Amino acid sequence: MKVELRVNGQTRTADVEPRKTLLDTLREDLRLTGAHVGCEHGVCGACTVLLDGEAARSCLIFAVQADGYDITTIEGLAPSPGELSVLQDAFCETHGLQCGYCTPGMILSAHTLLQRTLTPSREDILEAISGNICRCTGYGQIVEAVEVAAERLRQSNAPRAAQEAAK
Amino acid sequence: MSTAPLKTRFVSANRRVREDRRFVTGRGRYVADVAIADALHVALVPSPHPAARIVSIDASAALAMPGVHYVLTGEELAAATEPLMNGLDTPKVLRYPLAVGQARYAGEWVAAVAADTRALAEDAAERVRVVYEPLPFVIDPEEAFKPGSTPVHTAHGSNVLLNKTFVWGDVDKHFAEAERTLSYRVTWGRSSTVPIETFGVIASWDPWREILDVWASIQMPKYPEQIARSLRIPANQVRVDQDVDVGGAYGVKRGIKHTILVGHLSRLLGRPVRLIEDRLENMRAGDAQGPERIFDVDLAFGNDGVIKSMKIRALDNAGAYAGRAPFQLGKPIGAIVGPYHIESVKYVAQSVTTNKAAEEAVKGFGQSPTNYAIESGIEKVAQATGLDRIEVRRRNFIRKEQFPYLIPSGTRYDSGDYHTVVDKVLAAADYPALVKERDRLRASGLLAGIGLAACLEPSGGNSAFEPLLNEKNKTSTWMESCRINVDGTGCTIATIHTLSSGQGHETLAATVIGEVLEINPDLIRVTRPDSLSSLPSNAPVGSRMAIMLGGAAFHAAQKLKAKLIAIAAHQFGATEDAVSYSAGGVSHAATGKRLDWSDLVNIAHRNFHLLPKGMEPGLEVTHVMQVPTGTKLPENGRVQMYPCHSFEFHVVLIAIDPILGKPEIRRYVVGHDCGTVINPHIVKGMTLGGIAHGIGAALFEEFVYDEQGQMTTQSLMDYLLPSSHEVPKVEIVHHCTPSPHTVFGQKGAGESGYMGAPAAMSGAINDAVAPLGISFAKLPIRVSAIGDAVASAQVSNEKKA
Repeated sequence: MKVELRVNGQTRTADVEPRKTLLDTLREDLRLTGAHVGCEHGVCGACTVLLDGEAARSCLIFAVQADGYDITTIEGLAPSPGELSVLQDAFCETHGLQCGYCTPGMILSAHTLLQRTLTPSREDILEAISGNICRCTGYGQIVEAVEVAAERLRQSNAPRAAQEAAK
Repeated sequence: MSTAPLKTRFVSANRRVREDRRFVTGRGRYVADVAIADALHVALVPSPHPAARIVSIDASAALAMPGVHYVLTGEELAAATEPLMNGLDTPKVLRYPLAVGQARYAGEWVAAVAADTRALAEDAAERVRVVYEPLPFVIDPEEAFKPGSTPVHTAHGSNVLLNKTFVWGDVDKHFAEAERTLSYRVTWGRSSTVPIETFGVIASWDPWREILDVWASIQMPKYPEQIARSLRIPANQVRVDQDVDVGGAYGVKRGIKHTILVGHLSRLLGRPVRLIEDRLENMRAGDAQGPERIFDVDLAFGNDGVIKSMKIRALDNAGAYAGRAPFQLGKPIGAIVGPYHIESVKYVAQSVTTNKAAEEAVKGFGQSPTNYAIESGIEKVAQATGLDRIEVRRRNFIRKEQFPYLIPSGTRYDSGDYHTVVDKVLAAADYPALVKERDRLRASGLLAGIGLAACLEPSGGNSAFEPLLNEKNKTSTWMESCRINVDGTGCTIATIHTLSSGQGHETLAATVIGEVLEINPDLIRVTRPDSLSSLPSNAPVGSRMAIMLGGAAFHAAQKLKAKLIAIAAHQFGATEDAVSYSAGGVSHAATGKRLDWSDLVNIAHRNFHLLPKGMEPGLEVTHVMQVPTGTKLPENGRVQMYPCHSFEFHVVLIAIDPILGKPEIRRYVVGHDCGTVINPHIVKGMTLGGIAHGIGAALFEEFVYDEQGQMTTQSLMDYLLPSSHEVPKVEIVHHCTPSPHTVFGQKGAGESGYMGAPAAMSGAINDAVAPLGISFAKLPIRVSAIGDAVASAQVSNEKKA
């Protein structure tokens, strides 16, 4: 059946079986391969995308259920080709990754945290990424990356930080 | 040996890892991302029995489904291919991608369905009717080892793949003369590294070009050769795309059976064929489970805690097929005494087949379990003598001035300074305060313990264990290569000849070449030619790439530099020793002349008339490097195993709520000495990641089989991986003892952390429960096991009271 998905600000259509997951649809029909297949049962978080700004497992949602949501994948996070978001850049700064397989999901989960607060505690960060399993890093440099990004966002004069300061 | 820091500009600098940019934007190129038009998808039919004769396979209902193209059976595949490679000389233990005549473990692939989509292939796989006749089976390695146990491979005659005894030194005399002896058993449960990306492979046969193109998430030496051998085609008809990112490997990404399966199907069907394991296929039959090992150890030591001799029997459960897994009993021979000056060792290496999934190489290749066995013994010697656990280690450590140090089994350790690393870690951890904190926790009603582990990470990976355990194997060569080309515009392109799985090899090569040539590493392009265009490589195994790729890149860059110097000296009419190289150019002090990079490039590419006589035009160099110290085959059961030996020392404080039984890590400090660090970010990540793996192996991770031979941990809900909540903040204490065998003094770090974390966690838990009079001698030590043991100890202690 036909689905109309709003992905990274664009409306995309696909013709999919009702049983097809959002993950498979993103990867196979829309060729957005940044969300990865890990466990296929909602444990590892490699397939994480944002639905209306909230981190969600795209392996546990059918594409037909995602109709009407604003979907963000990792491909939608970089401001422009060759330019990284502050958080993505922080992951490069601290080397908060190795093989990169869990990284898109990890960054999207951390992104939602930094949308909520720019002063996360270590516990907040651990909680925010606890649904994303990384087998390479032991999480140390990932936590550092989120801390670095939070600090840079606090110090930047971007609109987001201004809103935060006004609160 | 100097411990003064090297004067380097890029090596050891906190430079970014170039690979990271593509990964943080989701632009990695993993095998499942590779879009090949018209590819068919494979799903597997698994055996529900741990052992069964395959009576018949009826694929008619599956083949009747629209979009289903083929159902392949083991009989058909075996007739068309050679068996997969065995490491040991066990010619009757045949292994094919699909079961032939008999299934040997629950989940083993019995037939493969090729269809237009993966979903359709899975639907069709359910309609393949297989009639089985269940057979007797064996799961337990000790049971399997007994004469008369049900052989997994009848033709082999028994379950014993390997039963080899080594005696290095005068073990009997040392035991007879020892003031004390003790014996113990520890068991390492069947765990693995379980990458988040499952194994995947795509193969496409082109009959007109006569080339099999392969894309795979592979980390395996001699992969193209193995494909060619099994498919009975010349190796120059196999082209592996090495520009594929691997989503975690840690030893286990060795899907040769998957590759032969899709390679054969592609030839047969004239279409590209892809097999991307789902999680169930991966867990149950990906052939990626790690060592499962029983250690029976005897120690001979004095009242002073000094260990003179050791007997180790290691019984490993290889699972249903032989493969390369039994060699994991061989590598630890190169560090069989750990960091200790134990004078003699008897080692009995035993590997058996059982009706479990086949074991595969896992991070450390058997070293981490062995380290756990040795460190358990050190703890027991401390208990027996009443000496402090750290003091016992100090008394047994090889001293700094004893290096290079020859251990009884024939390996000469390169360098180390164990006492200093331990002192630094204890100072950083404020050990007396840590002990006080443990005692305070205990006084507050919690169980609390301190764990310690001192161990080695042999690095520089060769295959010396192959000829040691299989006398028909005469391999001593174990290479890595690098090519550098400077084009006519002055741009530098370096090549590496293997896939990577997060180790940052592109960064490594660029850093080293930039260092030698004194040019900006960020401007060096690093590419990965396909396997047909590649120089020899043995893949990133055995913590070898900093040493081997780093070494090959260094030597290639030196050759390039020598060529630039020769060209310049010729222009100056000077001898080569009268000129000096700096920052990409060559100066002649006598005349004050200088030729810059662009001048030299121009001469090399465009002015043949200006080149020294006999010199090839262009600026292209290659270097193929043999592993340092790898000059001999084994003699009398002794061999120089790996060239370099990194050291680590772990200190961990845990607290356990006696009701809940869950160990909570309060402090984790690790000292790490891997010689010169080439990229600090990469080494730090390796160590922290290794510790996380080690915590998993110690507390959570195990492929559990029930009495019916069924694996009960088939998903990540049952096989538990540590999350951010389970892995503590780890403090790393650095020390640098350079290796004399490597170009910058670097040693390996790819398996660091994992080498000692399981032993340290086990030690911490055993220290915590020691006041109750109990201990644990099997990993993983699960929360439930702790809770149960603590509860029953409390009950029995109350009764006694």
